[in-house]
Amino acid sequence: MTRLLPLITAIAVLTLLLLPVVLPWSQFIITIAIAKGFAALGVALLLRGGLISIGHAMYFAIGAYVTAFMMKSDMLGDLALLLLGSTLVATLVGLIVGSFLVRFRAIFFAMLNLAVSMVLFALFSKLYGLTGGTDGMRVSVPAIFGNVLDKAAFDGVLYYVCIALLVIVGFLVRAYFKSPLGYGLKAIHTNEVRLEYLGVSAYSITLIAYTISAALAGLGGAMAALSIGHVLPEYAYWTESGHLVLTAVLGGIGGVAGPFIGSVFLEAVHTFAVDFAADAWNMILGATLLLVIFFVPRGLFGLFEGKPAKRASADEETGDTPNTAIEGGAK
Amino acid sequence: MSQPVLRAEGLELAFFGVKAADGIDLEIREGEFLAIIGSNGSGKTTFLNMCTGYLSPTAGTVYLGEKPITGMAPRRIARLGIARAFQIPQLFTDQTLLENVMLAIASRRGIWEGLKPLNRSVYVEEALELLALFGLERHAETITGTLPEGLRKLADITLALALNPKLLLLDEPTSGVSAIERFSLMEKLMAALRSRQMTALFVEHDMEVVRRYADRVVVWDAGKIIAEGNPAQVLKDPKVVERVVGVV
Repeated sequence: MTRLLPLITAIAVLTLLLLPVVLPWSQFIITIAIAKGFAALGVALLLRGGLISIGHAMYFAIGAYVTAFMMKSDMLGDLALLLLGSTLVATLVGLIVGSFLVRFRAIFFAMLNLAVSMVLFALFSKLYGLTGGTDGMRVSVPAIFGNVLDKAAFDGVLYYVCIALLVIVGFLVRAYFKSPLGYGLKAIHTNEVRLEYLGVSAYSITLIAYTISAALAGLGGAMAALSIGHVLPEYAYWTESGHLVLTAVLGGIGGVAGPFIGSVFLEAVHTFAVDFAADAWNMILGATLLLVIFFVPRGLFGLFEGKPAKRASADEETGDTPNTAIEGGAK
Repeated sequence: MSQPVLRAEGLELAFFGVKAADGIDLEIREGEFLAIIGSNGSGKTTFLNMCTGYLSPTAGTVYLGEKPITGMAPRRIARLGIARAFQIPQLFTDQTLLENVMLAIASRRGIWEGLKPLNRSVYVEEALELLALFGLERHAETITGTLPEGLRKLADITLALALNPKLLLLDEPTSGVSAIERFSLMEKLMAALRSRQMTALFVEHDMEVVRRYADRVVVWDAGKIIAEGNPAQVLKDPKVVERVVGVV
């Protein structure tokens, strides 16, 4: 199956390219799915290192709000600048916040992210004069390299820009996963002690991952703001962060495509459920998640992945017990 | 006499009043294979923890060559050239054995090399070469968390060797390895150390292993060194027999 991955990827990208031609109504859904997929990829990236963030929607919101603020300026209202500026600000905030938070693990890491995100949510909600409070901010249609388009034409361009970024950033993140740094991040999950004893700073590895994850979420937020045309404090609310974790787990954290598959799946369920089961869509979602966890533990992406790495044969196997302690009573 | 690779001077450390190091003075000379023996709780592993930065002594200094390394973080000490294998193997249990070793090699060569893939030929070849030292190459693609304890132990030593250190610290290398295989393991380990001209210190409970392979033995008791010298002589010392070795 692994050998077929490039082919499956090519077919998926081609399908995405043609979809708005065949099903024009799908364009907005897929754009939003890709935008949220980027944020979910950021969450999935941290999950590879065993770090669960229940606050990553804050970077999504930062990306969205920076886009809205930049659109207020005559000089900065260009698509490329908006995407770049929003991602850079989210990256910078991720670096600063991360430099404090990546010292923590497990529930402490999750809760601290939640706390920071809720502070941001409160700021977006309360600073009415600056952010428009709970009404949010309008994001008008930006120029594209100086050319001003109408909303419909802009949405078409944005869709293909999102797909181009999905491919480019996707390949970069994949290269990161395959690099020593990516393996180092996975190693954080199982044995930080050994990593330090190999001469590697677990702090630096984690901070890099955190910063990248913030950048990805920021980029997604900018895309969402441009597509929806409006930003709201709810973007930073904790339920949105929970939604990103759900998307990442549902799609699978084994590869770059997982969170995007999860995101497209959720957006599709959401869209159709509104028509066919408006009151029960959360139940459908919950049931789907249960099925995935029980039957496809590697997420929907696991269906396309190759076989997992070999386990020792039954007669050799001793069971997987993570090693965490240094013998000798030292703490 | 050859130069000391590592020198400890007056190391002291106590846990809730129990002295794990009570004025330890010790030198490990270049190319030497030094054994530390002692009863459980005598402070052997604490000594390794102080040499590798996991614990800081309340008094005394550890020198690597001429450089004081007391209180440095384990990663800095590892970069300066001290690698450690653990009594309980410390592996990345959800990655394959090959990935574990390649990550160790990458750590030595510089993990900050951008987006170049880990599994490129230069890493794969060196990793397989290292795995072959202990006959582990057939397990290269196996998730290390599923390997039996004995093989995990060898994998742990392989990770330490991958750093190509000036000094290798081994905490009970033969524990968890079957009685039949322990001498074969030691032969392979000794060959690897000699071919790399590596200095090593090992904590050991198996007196036969100490007798056969150590150049020098140091005997620990309640945080103090009570005897030191040639294994054949030290292991016959009545005080050592009484407190550590037991019936000979």
